[in-house]
Amino acid sequence: MSNNTAEKREVLLEVEDLKTYFPIKAGFFQRTVGHVKAVDGVSFQIHNGETFGLVGESGCGKSTTGRTLLKLMNPTDGKIIFDGQDISSLKGKTLRAIRKDFQMVFQDPYASLNPMQMVGDIVSEPLVNFRGKSVKELKEEVMDLLNKVGLPSDAYYKYAHEFSGGQRQRIGIARALALRPKLIIADEPVSALDVSVQSQVLNLLKELQNEFQLTFLFIAHDLSVVKHMSDRIAVMYLGGIVEVTDKNSIFAEPLHPYTQALISAIPEPDPRKKKQRIILEGDVPSPANPPTGCPFHPRCSHAMKECMEVKPTLKEVKAGHNVACHLYN
Amino acid sequence: MVGKEDSPSLDTILQVKELKAGFDIDGKVYHAVDNVSFDVKKKQILGVVGESGCGKSVMSMSIMQLLPKETGKVTGGEIVFEGKNIENYSINQMNTIRGNDISMIFQEPMTALNPVFTIGFQLQEILFNHQKISKKDAREKSIHLLRQVGISRPENIVDEYPHQLSGGMRQRVMIAIAIACQPKLLIADEPTTALDVTVQAQILDLLREIQSINNMAIILITHDLGVVAEMCDDVIVMYAGKIVERTNVDALFHNPKHPYTQLLLQSIPKLDEEEKELGSIDGLVPSLKDMPEVGCRFADRCPKRMPECTEITPLLGFVENGHEAACLLYENSYQTNGRNTYVK
Repeated sequence: MSNNTAEKREVLLEVEDLKTYFPIKAGFFQRTVGHVKAVDGVSFQIHNGETFGLVGESGCGKSTTGRTLLKLMNPTDGKIIFDGQDISSLKGKTLRAIRKDFQMVFQDPYASLNPMQMVGDIVSEPLVNFRGKSVKELKEEVMDLLNKVGLPSDAYYKYAHEFSGGQRQRIGIARALALRPKLIIADEPVSALDVSVQSQVLNLLKELQNEFQLTFLFIAHDLSVVKHMSDRIAVMYLGGIVEVTDKNSIFAEPLHPYTQALISAIPEPDPRKKKQRIILEGDVPSPANPPTGCPFHPRCSHAMKECMEVKPTLKEVKAGHNVACHLYN
Repeated sequence: MVGKEDSPSLDTILQVKELKAGFDIDGKVYHAVDNVSFDVKKKQILGVVGESGCGKSVMSMSIMQLLPKETGKVTGGEIVFEGKNIENYSINQMNTIRGNDISMIFQEPMTALNPVFTIGFQLQEILFNHQKISKKDAREKSIHLLRQVGISRPENIVDEYPHQLSGGMRQRVMIAIAIACQPKLLIADEPTTALDVTVQAQILDLLREIQSINNMAIILITHDLGVVAEMCDDVIVMYAGKIVERTNVDALFHNPKHPYTQLLLQSIPKLDEEEKELGSIDGLVPSLKDMPEVGCRFADRCPKRMPECTEITPLLGFVENGHEAACLLYENSYQTNGRNTYVK
């Protein structure tokens, strides 16, 4: 999964200028008075077999991006090209047919499994829906799936509440894996788990990727986890991507001031390393009322006059290293 | 540091001795904290690390007597604060200590603040409780405190409500309330877990600054080993209600002794290293109901398990000077008193 081979690989998913806005309604007639620009012009490509990491702080739009890609929400504007087909305007049966190729692993393993269903039913549901077989016929296959994600076969007859957080996340992964999708979108799959369990789940995801040639979009706020998992990483801030490159460059030479601050803020588990901190002032602005120009300029120590007026676009500064910042024009 | 528990040095501000606390479920007490002893010295930042369910929060709640009344129980041990055993203090006695000498910051700043009162009201409440102060002075002092924790335009914020502030600002308000009476000890229970990394960096920076100005001791409870490495002087590692290792922060990261600590450190992805596979710990923490009576509680997950691990309960004993572990790999863990001084 080195980056050299990733370039030769074909593109599985291409996102062009994706926008997802939520209307703000007010007043007696619930008229739309504004928009929360959760995702505001995001473009990237994911190659076959790679893991693409999406990092950012809460409210930056990373989860909304993931959900829009799966068409759990409709994009306001932009194109989503999956496997050569534009799915951004698909509806009904045609959308349903293509849905089996992309699946999702959710953040909260406590909320994403139906407490009234047996684990066997949860995992076989996608198979029943798309293959038209009955639960009984699928039993062996489902038990096999459960074994693949490291659960015993008798988990089939249990309910979600009988499992720990890490085991529940394994059930969620088995469900996502059932249809052998091409793309799995994992939205913060380990943030609710303890470190020792977190590493079990991360290892499992990597193993499964090798075994089934999966492509991952890995969404997380924890940079060290994203680095461990991903081949390329995109950093998001207030609805837009500010930097995209391969995982080693982003840590070795982060170019965007926000990426630099984000990386310097991670506490390192080694007391002998004292690194120079860049402490950002203030908070992330509201996406309902984003600042003019570069969304990061009110907190940026390099802000120039241009930054307040013109929104920078993502440009290739070095080979395979794209940054949206006026410093590199 | 430890080992001389009968004659605490003048620096010791808090001593927890053989604390047992837990929950009463259907007439049986399940111990979430079992025989935990440690000291906190003046100006020390003591880290308490452990995964969910290891008893770190129950421990801090029992120090503050904040366990739920119906079910929570402290069944043994002493909590000695400045030479006085506060474990069996009445509510009134505790009220003179809580918020005044010992304060606490909670994990979730949204639920810890009262949504129907202004920030100023909640700050002044603690001042009125512990100090003779006029309304005007209290208001001025609360504005000063807000400024001290780095809140811009404190004159306006003082009249605002918690929902008008962001998560980072709410946590700053929590810190302002906690330090209002210049406590000698601050218990911070996962103070940055609910925050983003850049905000976490701000809050940790603030805690360090306030600690050096006010000369207080901090017990920092966290699951994040990165935060521990950056903030703490000494560290306690807890597993299933017991302390498994205690040492200074450098030794913890560079010379961990207990297999649990070693595995825990291997399981975090590191930024500057390329690992093919992360270390992980098989199995799960035993639940309170299935906790083994004798033997090491980590035994069934431990790769270095020996037959005696399920027969003898390891005690916290010295492995090196100033470094204790509760593991039968080390001979001092077999001792009956367990706290004998290390002699080389």
